[in-house]
Amino acid sequence: MTALLEIDGLEVSFPVAQGILRAVRGISLTVDRGETLGVVGESGCGKSLTALAIMGLLPPRANVVTRRFTFDGEDLANADEARMSELRGDRMVMIFQEPMTALNPTLTIGRQLTEVLQRHRNASAKEARARALDLLSRVGISEPAARLAQYPHQLSGGLRQRVMIAMALMCAPKLIVADEPTTALDVTIQAQILNLLCELKAETGTSLVFISHDLGVVSRIADRIVVMYAGEVVETGTRANVLGNPRHPYTRALLECLPRPRSGDRGGHLGAIPGLVPSLVGPVAGCAFRTRCTFATPECAVANLNLVGTKAHASLCRRADELWGALPRG
Amino acid sequence: MVDCEQPSPGEVLLDVRGVSHQFELAQGLLSRKRTLRAVDDVSLTVSRGEILGVVGESGCGKSTLARILLGIIAPSRGSVLLQGRSLSSLPRRELARMVQPVFQDPYSSLNPRKTIGEILELPLRVHGIGTSAERSRAVAEVMAQVGLADRLRGALPNQLSGGQRQRVAIGRALVVRPQIVICDEPTSALDVSVQAQILNLLLDLRKTFGLTLVFISHNLAVVEHLSTRVAVMYLGRIVEQADVDTLFETPRHPYTQTLLASVLTPDPYAGLPQVTASDVMPSPIAPPTGCTFHPRCPYTETACNTERPVLRQVDRTLVACHLAK
Repeated sequence: MTALLEIDGLEVSFPVAQGILRAVRGISLTVDRGETLGVVGESGCGKSLTALAIMGLLPPRANVVTRRFTFDGEDLANADEARMSELRGDRMVMIFQEPMTALNPTLTIGRQLTEVLQRHRNASAKEARARALDLLSRVGISEPAARLAQYPHQLSGGLRQRVMIAMALMCAPKLIVADEPTTALDVTIQAQILNLLCELKAETGTSLVFISHDLGVVSRIADRIVVMYAGEVVETGTRANVLGNPRHPYTRALLECLPRPRSGDRGGHLGAIPGLVPSLVGPVAGCAFRTRCTFATPECAVANLNLVGTKAHASLCRRADELWGALPRG
Repeated sequence: MVDCEQPSPGEVLLDVRGVSHQFELAQGLLSRKRTLRAVDDVSLTVSRGEILGVVGESGCGKSTLARILLGIIAPSRGSVLLQGRSLSSLPRRELARMVQPVFQDPYSSLNPRKTIGEILELPLRVHGIGTSAERSRAVAEVMAQVGLADRLRGALPNQLSGGQRQRVAIGRALVVRPQIVICDEPTSALDVSVQAQILNLLLDLRKTFGLTLVFISHNLAVVEHLSTRVAVMYLGRIVEQADVDTLFETPRHPYTQTLLASVLTPDPYAGLPQVTASDVMPSPIAPPTGCTFHPRCPYTETACNTERPVLRQVDRTLVACHLAK
């Protein structure tokens, strides 16, 4: 079966005072059916813009180019807003970081949940309400009937995110794009929301693109991981490959930045990454990470870089083979 | 920190005794006045050279505690002693020389119209420390200590990255050579690579100058990495307190255990933890009776619903749980 989502050569740029800000610079990714793809990177790496590009939610001033963009067998590279609007909320849905800003504060939970099904599936009010009640109890909300009459501000952050997940599932979507869905939540709540997402995903066979700055979270739920830096994918592969045997200096440095006190280096020096992310206004020559990289050589400034490897593991670093050995064949 | 007294470990710098603080919430037209007890009967000490980590989730009162320790708000009950003198009796200026803050957001805590040099010099001017030349030297020194290049002296905050701004905030706190620095989520707004730089800096400063820190954070891994001693807060109270090894190796309070189980370090083989505690957060306005954690606790017994547990010594830990042995 073909992949559910295939994006090739996605570029997102914005006109700014100093020129063109090239925020996403030619990224490619695939999401298989039923798969969880984790996208990690620090602020400004382009991960959220990538999510918005998938959903067709970028602001009009953004300039978006793709070589290929297919979703569930349909070519969306030139899809108009009307088509994207039909798909959004129905077959592809997005869950945002802060449910309070994603939910309409003036409408009841019930109205917001049922609207999705009525709009996309012409469901009757009664059918929509039954589905909403069913989903609210499946996402672990007690007294779902009472919740339907409540407004978002009457719920806690964890409950609101559960409502968002229920809303996302109303039309049984093929793809859920979740952008930092647990970042605003307390850690004890985060673990429960993640468990819930994974259970529901397994039950429904939905694919999940999970975007996060937190390698720890992604390492626990993603089947495959994409690491982004300065608008590019620098490494991708299965979670065991990317985390167990990273093949890009940025991924390695990022892992070393995280305090892991249980490993016995409590109070020791963390591997901070020196320097800053380069400006993405104007062209970036060679490797964008080279000025912060301990392995950089002069050739890194001029090299034409390509993601080399397989779906199971690939790296953008031209020295990956030399430094960490050739990838196994196949 | 131009020059600093040598640390004499063990001397109690900060002594917090039974501190409570409540906020009166705005009352509606028909509703009764409600009070929120943000900090409830908290006692702790901070000794010289120590890093006390205070960890807890949103609404546990950790930021209110920070503001009490800084003397920004006076507690409704209890007292805070700084080297044996009550915080409330200290003149504001003297207090500010002894206790300095570092806040979460380096974007809003620096004056956008002042240069880095001016921001770092201001505390010295306010306290009338040194001549102009001496102050200039002190600023250069503190910039080197917090890892800011000298050329940034004339820069404005908006020309700096988040990490550089947080270095300025730390430099500003250190320049008057305070006895103790209170950090409230100082790395939460930063990317992990920048967070690592700031944590390294704080650890270096402690090693070199015997800096005493109260480090308040929701991030357990960061607190464990940095602290020498840890206090865990839940709904305004300290539920467990111990040295860092003891707390993380033998967590005794069910809430601490839940927190520890919820930390997700990168591990491709571990999967997700099953958190047994209920995720229904009680309202801090109407906290549960007895042990405030009992509605979420997987082990609760009858006493937990009615009797409020007090902190008691169990082995090397102070823990507020009826069932801890």
